[in-house]
Formats: sequence, C-alpha cells, structure tokens
Amino acid sequence: MSEFVLEARGITKRFPGVVANDHVDFNLRPGEIHALLGENGAGKSTLMNIIYGLYQPDEGEILINGQPVTIRGPHDAIRQGIGMVHQHFMLIPVFTVAENLVLGAEITRGPMLDLEQARAVVRRLSDEYGLHVDPDARVEDLPVGVQQRVEILKALYREARILILDEPTAVLTPQEVEDLFRIMRGLTERGVGIIFITHKLKEVLAIADRITVMRRGKVVGTTTPEQTDERGLAAMMVGREVVLEVEKGPAHPGEVVLEVRDLVVEEHGVPVVNGVSLQVRAGEILGIAGVQGNGQTELAEALTGLRRPDRGTLILNGQEMPFEDARILIENGLAHIPEDRQKHGLVMPFSVADNLVLCTYYKPPFAKGLQRQPQAILENAERLIEQFDVRTSGPLAPVATLSGGNQQKVIVAREFSRPVRFLLANQPTRGLDVGSIEYIHKRIIEMRDQGVAVLLISAELDEIMSLADRIAVMYEGQIVAEVDAAEADKTTLGIWMAGGEKESAAATLA
Amino acid sequence: MRSVILSVTAVVLALLIGAGILALSGASPVAAYTALAQGAFGDAQAWQRTLEKATPLVFSGLAVAFAFKAGLFNIGAQGQLLLGAITAAAVGFGVEGLPAFIHAPLALLAGAAAGAAFAAIAGALKVYTGAHEVITTIMLNYIAINLTDYLADGPWKDTSPGNIVARTPRILDTAMLPTWGPIPSGFVLSVLLAGVIYWLLWKTTFGFEIRTVGQNRHAARYAGMRVARTVILTMLISGLFAGLGGAVETQGVVGRYQPGFNVGLGFEGITIALLAKTHPFGVIPAALLVGAMKAGSSQMQFVADVPKEIIDVIQALILFFIAAEFLLRRLLHLQPEAGEEQLVLSTGWGSGE
Ligand SMILES: Nc1ncnc2c1ncn2[C@@H]1O[C@H](COP(=O)(O)OP(=O)(O)OP(=O)(O)O)[C@@H](O)[C@H]1O
Ligand SMILES: [Mg+2]
Repeated sequence: MSEFVLEARGITKRFPGVVANDHVDFNLRPGEIHALLGENGAGKSTLMNIIYGLYQPDEGEILINGQPVTIRGPHDAIRQGIGMVHQHFMLIPVFTVAENLVLGAEITRGPMLDLEQARAVVRRLSDEYGLHVDPDARVEDLPVGVQQRVEILKALYREARILILDEPTAVLTPQEVEDLFRIMRGLTERGVGIIFITHKLKEVLAIADRITVMRRGKVVGTTTPEQTDERGLAAMMVGREVVLEVEKGPAHPGEVVLEVRDLVVEEHGVPVVNGVSLQVRAGEILGIAGVQGNGQTELAEALTGLRRPDRGTLILNGQEMPFEDARILIENGLAHIPEDRQKHGLVMPFSVADNLVLCTYYKPPFAKGLQRQPQAILENAERLIEQFDVRTSGPLAPVATLSGGNQQKVIVAREFSRPVRFLLANQPTRGLDVGSIEYIHKRIIEMRDQGVAVLLISAELDEIMSLADRIAVMYEGQIVAEVDAAEADKTTLGIWMAGGEKESAAATLA
Repeated sequence: MRSVILSVTAVVLALLIGAGILALSGASPVAAYTALAQGAFGDAQAWQRTLEKATPLVFSGLAVAFAFKAGLFNIGAQGQLLLGAITAAAVGFGVEGLPAFIHAPLALLAGAAAGAAFAAIAGALKVYTGAHEVITTIMLNYIAINLTDYLADGPWKDTSPGNIVARTPRILDTAMLPTWGPIPSGFVLSVLLAGVIYWLLWKTTFGFEIRTVGQNRHAARYAGMRVARTVILTMLISGLFAGLGGAVETQGVVGRYQPGFNVGLGFEGITIALLAKTHPFGVIPAALLVGAMKAGSSQMQFVADVPKEIIDVIQALILFFIAAEFLLRRLLHLQPEAGEEQLVLSTGWGSGE
C-alpha cells in the first residue's frame, strides 16, 4: 500500500504556444488537505483536469493507491473515486438542483428517473453538510455562490475519496468559506484527500496541511503552513516581493458623477433592490459591502444597462440615463467589470483581441464606417496583453484557452483602456493571483486619483476596507448603513451585513 | 480545418452506407455511382444541370447558415423561397416594356424583398413576443404555401387558352436570367453573394454584432449591442437570400411560378448549412454536392436501374452524421477544442434577455 492515494509523476502537457505543465510531480495523502498555489496561468487547472481525465498528459503517469492508472475521462476518474469542482461551473443551467446532482449517476426506478429520491438525497446531503440548497430550484436562477454549493454536493454525492476543489472560495462569502472549511475538515476526518486551489493565502495557511507552489508550469516547491507565511508564499508564487497592503493617499472627491435615486428592482414581484439611493463623486471609491445575494447583483445590473429596474432614477454626469441601455452608458463613460465573467464579460470562442474591443468595436480606430480594422484591433490587443501581463499564446488565441485569472485580466484591461468617468467594479479581483491583485488595486486607485467615480462591489471585506473611501452596507436590498472607510471596523460591518442592529446603523446614517 | 474533416467524413460514410444499401438490394454500387457521376459531371450539359440544381441550394444554404451565426434557426427558408419565387414571377410577367437589364434585376429584387419581409416577421415575433423562431417559421411556411397556391390558382393564374393547372403565366424574356455556356448567371450571383456574406460576417462591425449575439447574448447586451435589432435584421437578411433563391429559380430555370416546383429547396438549405458548418464558403461545395446528386439521379435510375430515392437516403444519412457529430468525433479521435465556435441550434424561449 502506498503512502499516497494519488500521485502524479512527471506530468507534462503542452498546448499550442505554451507548456502548461512541465514535468510536474504532485501527490496527496488520504485525509490530507494539499493546497495548490500559483500565479494565473501557472498550470494548476490543467494539472487537475489531467487528473480528472479531461486532458490526456503528453508525458507522465498517474497512480492511485500506488497503482498506475489511465484516466480517459471523468467517468474513469469518478470510478477511481476522484471528484472535482471546477473553477467554472459545469452545471446544466436549465436543470434543477436535484437533476444536476444525479446527472450521470441517475437514480432510477425501472427506466424512469426517480426525482423524488434525488430530491431526498439533496436534502439529506445538504443537511448533513450544512450546504442549503432548494432541490427544485433551476440552476440558472441561482446566484453563483449557491451554484458552487451544488457543485460540491455533486462531488459528495458521488462519494469521492479524492476531492479536487479548483478555486471554490472565489465565489463564496466569508461565512460560506467557513462552512466549506468545516465540511472539508469533516471530509478529511473520513479519510478523503482534498486538493485545494485558491489564490487566498490566508485560506491556505488556515486549512492546508501541505502547500505546493507552481510557477509557469513547474513546481517551485512544497511547504507547510508552519514553515511559511503570506509573504513567503507570495514571493514563492510570483518570484518577487509582493506588496500585500494597498498604498493609497486620501481621496479628493469632486462633483457627483453617479447618482441613483430610489431604485427598485423586483424579481417575481418581490423587491430584491428596495429603494436604493446613492451618490458617487469623482475621485472617490464607494464600496458596497454585503453578503452575497442581498441585491448587489441586481443593483449592479440595473446600473450597467443589463436590467430594467421597476422604479428609480439613474443620473450620470448630471444627465438622466435611460435604463437597459448599456451603449448609452458606455458612451457616457461607464466601465463595468461584471460579476460573472463568462456570462457577461467575455465571448469565449472569440479571440483575445476581439474580446478586448467588445465595447468599442464600432469606433475608430477599430472600425472605419462598417469596416473593422484588424490591424488596429491587433495592435490594441498586443499593447494591452503586454501592459496587463495577460498570459496567452497570442492575441488571436480564443479567450476560452486562457486560464481563469487571465480571462479576468482581459476584462479588466478592456474596461480600463478607454476614457472612463464611472467604474463599476463587481468582484474585480475574483480569481486573480496576488501579483495581479496588487496591480489591479493600484490601477483602481490610479483611476480614482484621475477623477473617476468608482463603485466597488466585493464579497471580500478586506478588499472593500483597503480600497474604499466610503463603505455602504447592503442588506436585503437596502443600504442599511454608510460609513467613512477610516471609521469602519470589521466587526461592526459584519454585524450590519448580517442585518443586525438596524437602528444603530440608521443612526450612523443620519 | 477540423470541420472540413468532419463534413467530408460524414459524406463519405453516407455514400458508403448508401453503397451498402444498393448492394443489399441487388444493384451494383459501382455502376450506380458511376452513372450518378456521369449524369452530374459527364459533359457540359451535365455540368449545367448540376449547377442549376445547386444554385437555389446555395441561396437557401446561405440563408440558413447566416441565421445560425446569430443563433437563429431559420426553418422558414422554404416559405421565404416560395414567396420570393412567386413575387419574382409576378414582376416577371406583370411588368412590361422594360429592357432586360432593368427587368431581370427588378424581379430579383422583388423576390428578395418578399423573402426578407416575410422572414422579418419571425424576427419581430421573437423579439417582441418571445415566440421561438423555429415555431413561427414553421407556421409561416404553411402560410406561404397556401398563399402561393391561392395566388397561382387565383389572381395570378395563367389564363392562356387551354391551361387548367394552377400556375402563373410565363415571365417575359426580359425577366429571364442568362446562362453563360454551361454556367447559369444565377450561380455566379450566388457565389458572389457568398463572398459578400463572408465579408459581412467577418469584416464588418455588423457581422461582429451578429456573431456576438449568436455566441453569447448576455455579453452582447453587456457591450451595448442592440440585440433585438440584430435579431430582426439577421432574419431579414436570411429571408432575403432565401427569397432570392426562389427568384433565381423562377427566372433562371422554371420561367414561371408553379406550385410543386420549388418543393424542398428551402429545407435542403438546412442540410447544406449544416454540412457547410455554417461557413458561407462551405455552402458552395455542399450545394454542389447535393446539386450533383440531384442532377445525376435520373441518369443513375436510367442506366443503373436504381431508384432515384436512394439519393434522398444518402442525403438523410449525411444529415444524420452531421447531427451526430459526437459519433464522428469518437470515430476520428477528435476532441472538441476549447474555444471552438459552438453551433447554437436553438437559443431557447424569451427575447427580453
Ligand atoms: N485548452 C487549452 N488550449 C490552449 N491553452 C490552454 C488550454 N488550457 C489552458 N491553456 C494554457 O495553459 C496555461 C495554464 O492554464 P491553467 O488554466 O492551468 O492555469 P491556472 O494555474 O489554473 O490559472 P488560474 O489561476 O488563472 O486559473 C495557460 O497559459 C493557458 O493559457
Ligand atoms: Mg485555474
């Protein structure tokens, strides 16, 4: 019997233009949490996809319990006891939670799908692990955080002995992360080995037994939380010292750029944004804190032309704006980093270059009349790829071939590369490595200092606290509190975010 | 490149199975296919037949392929083609005293406009009511069939002495399209228009909008594109090509509108578009292939004594293999590549999104 449940030896995987994995060795003990760290594009997801059978390695072998195995596809992987929760969900949007859960391992009664049984399984699992999901909800109607839970449930349902979690916490709230960690510990007690990918060093230090760091397709080294700290890990990942704290001077707010009055967004007759009014001035960052699912998504969509609110006024640069018209907002200086990058932010089969002009494709120099100008589009892409350090085999590579973090960089690069008056950044650094977060934070502050009004929505309280000049807390569709960032402390914000002490919050507002 | 391999494999497999069926039924596949090829490409006349059969298919194939690029499934090419055919006939016989270089293009334009307007209805219904274009275009097909039947047997009926069937009068010579040697001018037009579509889709901002809407409607809205307008315009242009196909058939081959003469031309556009992997340049060889099979089938029946219907079987098999792409991929060990453009066969209900 081998010491390891899983061992990958000398794995090499080449894609056109890149070596995604270069003789990678990696192993996992039963009951252990082994964190995998590395910059965007380092090759983490590729390695996991190989273990899960989605890609075939060009070289190297995989051993399960000491036995060499060939994993031809997820079916083989599941049979070997490997479960995977992907960085980008693999759920069928039009199916219900219960249907998604049993997909591929259906519970049947005769030839028929036994959905009653499936529902019961969802309920049992979600009770057992405290991951609450309505079995009959359609997946496409669920917020990202809940979809993630479904993915985890799905792997649990298949009784995985080896669980791969590819950036599971990127879309979870701090509370949900706590829950997940509890689940993970519970699983390791039962002997499940977990490979945990994340860009959040604190999480790694909190939960991992061992930490392996990758850079540019190679393993840099393996360490333990006792032997290192955030700085050490960051340096190991990026290969240089990283400034983990944001450096920023005081804000110099100017005129009001964005004003929202009494905004109401209803969903099935229930207000999910319930009378929100707010102002953002030029040269300041207003952060919206709140537990996911309290109306931030809908608020952001209403402010960026993606959704028609039921009531309210939207004023940009002193002019009232029509609703549900992104073009006019963009023309008036809106830049938008959307929450769900693959749904709104990118056209996956299109090239990096085309995605970089998604909002400006019709303007000079990218178009002359009706004719697109490939040369200008290409030059723009080359410039932005260089400037934002997007790791790609070239400007013409489909954006789908980029790693998750590099996809996010494409969006950020695009949105920061045109004249902007108002920036709505919704989870702008989700899935980015520490080096890139540092860079993007710097750019957001730079934009603020150039007089851009910034509305920052983030599930990361740390991010809000370090970037924002003012912080508004959203709870059940309302802004329940607003404070100066300098006066904000985590505990009070946390209480407001949980809906506690509304009265005292209202007092602060007044 | 990979899509070419897939399509060619589909055709080869279909021909092989077709050969198997022929052999089973006691005929010689070699003789049958030789006769088929003879009938399609044996001499100048055969070539002309093939090109004539292929011409309307290029148009309807372009129509369907173009709509696919915006994620729209235009099953209504048939109805749009019928309306184009009869409208061109009406202008062809009804407008007198024009020189050919005005009359023929005028009739073509009228046919194109009729198809465009008819298809735009389906686009508008999708955008404003959320009605799925697959359903509405199928229903519109029935309207087109009945409307053209009525016109050809009523107001526009050929009243020349001795005629008892439902059909329009012959169009004037000035409305007929010329044939240059074995090459029908309509075919040349169709090839030119394939180039125009290619340009439109990949070189213009409008094409960028169409492809964005087709691949990710949410991202299109995010980018401020007018999704509703794009959907209607795409359907309109798609219908324009289908209508033009009907007009070319009337003015190049049939010489009048007669119910039953354009059957299937629009539907075959779907096969062509899929075989072409929705690429406008792929439409031409795909249409030539199907056109050749149609052109050669009589000779095959005559010489090799094989029923024409085997051609329909082969066509159906081609469609089957294209649709069951995963089968082919497994056969060829081709994995789908990340970032390969997805053919969106249906974008679901609802338009507001
Ligand atoms: N299907 C593919 N085709 C071509 N290149 C690919 C493909 N998948 C990944 N790559 C490339 O391989 C490299 C590693 O990507 P991978 O997704 O493994 O990175 P990652 O470490 O998971 O990064 P992130 O933290 O951003 O998710 C990247 O340069 C990426 O562009
Ligand atoms: Mg990844």
